[in-house]
Amino acid sequence: MSMENLLDQPFVHWMSSGAQDGDIVLASRIRLARNLEGIPFPQRANGEQLSQVVSQLKSSLCDLNSNEQSDYMFIDLEKLPLLERLVLVEKHIISPDHAREASNRAILVKQDTTVSIMVNEEDHLRIQCLMPGLNLVKAFTSANQVDDIIENKHALAFNEELGYLTSCPTNLGTGLRASVMVHLPALVLTGQINRIVNAVIQLGLTVRGLYGEGTEAVGNIFQISNQLTLGFTEQEIIDNLYSVVKQVVDHERTARGGLYADTTDMLVDRVWRAYGTLKYARSISGQEALALLSDVRMGYELGIINEGSHCNFNELMVITRPNFLQKMSDCPELSGNERKKLRAQIIREKLTNKD
Amino acid sequence: MLCDECKSRTACMHIIKIVNNQKTEKNLCAECAKAAGEISLSFDTQSYVHDFLKGIFNHGLFVDPQMLRGQESCSECGMTYTDFNRKGKVGCSACYTVFGGQFEPLLKRIHGSSSHTGKIPKRNGGTLKIRQQIKKIRQQLEQYVINEEYEKAVLLRDEIKNLEKEIGLNGKGE
Ligand SMILES: [Zn+2]
Ligand SMILES: [Zn+2]
Repeated sequence: MSMENLLDQPFVHWMSSGAQDGDIVLASRIRLARNLEGIPFPQRANGEQLSQVVSQLKSSLCDLNSNEQSDYMFIDLEKLPLLERLVLVEKHIISPDHAREASNRAILVKQDTTVSIMVNEEDHLRIQCLMPGLNLVKAFTSANQVDDIIENKHALAFNEELGYLTSCPTNLGTGLRASVMVHLPALVLTGQINRIVNAVIQLGLTVRGLYGEGTEAVGNIFQISNQLTLGFTEQEIIDNLYSVVKQVVDHERTARGGLYADTTDMLVDRVWRAYGTLKYARSISGQEALALLSDVRMGYELGIINEGSHCNFNELMVITRPNFLQKMSDCPELSGNERKKLRAQIIREKLTNKD
Repeated sequence: MLCDECKSRTACMHIIKIVNNQKTEKNLCAECAKAAGEISLSFDTQSYVHDFLKGIFNHGLFVDPQMLRGQESCSECGMTYTDFNRKGKVGCSACYTVFGGQFEPLLKRIHGSSSHTGKIPKRNGGTLKIRQQIKKIRQQLEQYVINEEYEKAVLLRDEIKNLEKEIGLNGKGE
């Protein structure tokens, strides 16, 4: 995948369908925080030290390519306009912070977009692996492999007691943040979500909405991640998250089944109305699109509809985000209304596209 | 935007509730949300951690009086403890040694009284893996001695000796 494709094509690997528990789990992500020994962390490093980090990591590019037999791209964020950086945020390839502050910042991205390495975000290195469905083990294996390759070449900041040293004390130890993106419409509809979220928090995990920026869980999409990074092995952290997510998935499936059994007519109506609106609307807000896509996605997984079955709802949830739309249009500055029109048009085209 | 409930504080969360297919939406401040038993479904982890750290400092629980006078700074990156207080971010890896004493209670609050048990980098991890192993066996050995299971203890003692030889400690212990 070239740089152009990375930005223009809505589809990236994590949006694939058919993965384990893919009816409920959209994607799994592993992130490892690492720093190079002897250079201050990005917040306190000067421009020269930051660019030193960038060039050191750029030199790992060929090691990554030969070891993994794949194609990594090096992208200098400074050379990328803000809008394109924001598209990478919407595709979950970089973080919002990384997009905002671009000077001396870079990314190394694997061709299939499953692995990306943010350079000079909060830490010198944030190795990230994104996989479709519930796939924490595979995601960890990939990220860990990349870590091995980098560690082989560069001395990393490490301390026997505290493990990998990180800019924020909350990431010390393994530097591992494992998260899973889940779609929980039935738990929200049946009012069980607060109870579930509370239980998940009690188990030492954190829960937040899709982009972690707004204050609500848009489109009933939640992100569940580990909170503690020190004192547990990587395996323990992943096992714990996996087993909790498995239970949440079970609850959501039961809730979907119950909802369908108890309110069949109402649910069928709701799903078709959502589908109808998406298929025929001429103007639609991002918020409404996500809410309706959430209903349709659930209806599709429950077998209520199979129209639009060629269509990837995970992909649609990304295309309809504002920055992505802006990028897809040829117009440099879309107004809110123009964006709503374009969004409606794209959804219509995707839903009617028979292939 | 003001909170719908108290109409005085700024609303920081938007809560959507669907009960019996009836949707209600409310904008609440943190206090009123807490009082109503509503939880924020999508709290930002970063700011949560930040508030948490600030909360600790503002109570003055862990401010070393000496720090207030001396303002020691890290020789590698120049960070002072006040800088850390303000931002909640550490300047460089040396800071963890320089401010080790001050960080300790904080790290205990965040992670519990734990030490790293995960992956060790080959390059600078050195003999750590073996030393961790020795530490574990030694604990087991003490248990055996307490239980007066001396035959088992002897076996472990030999095992420790071998491991120590392997990393060039020659049985001197730690
Ligand atoms: Zn209030
Ligand atoms: Zn320092």
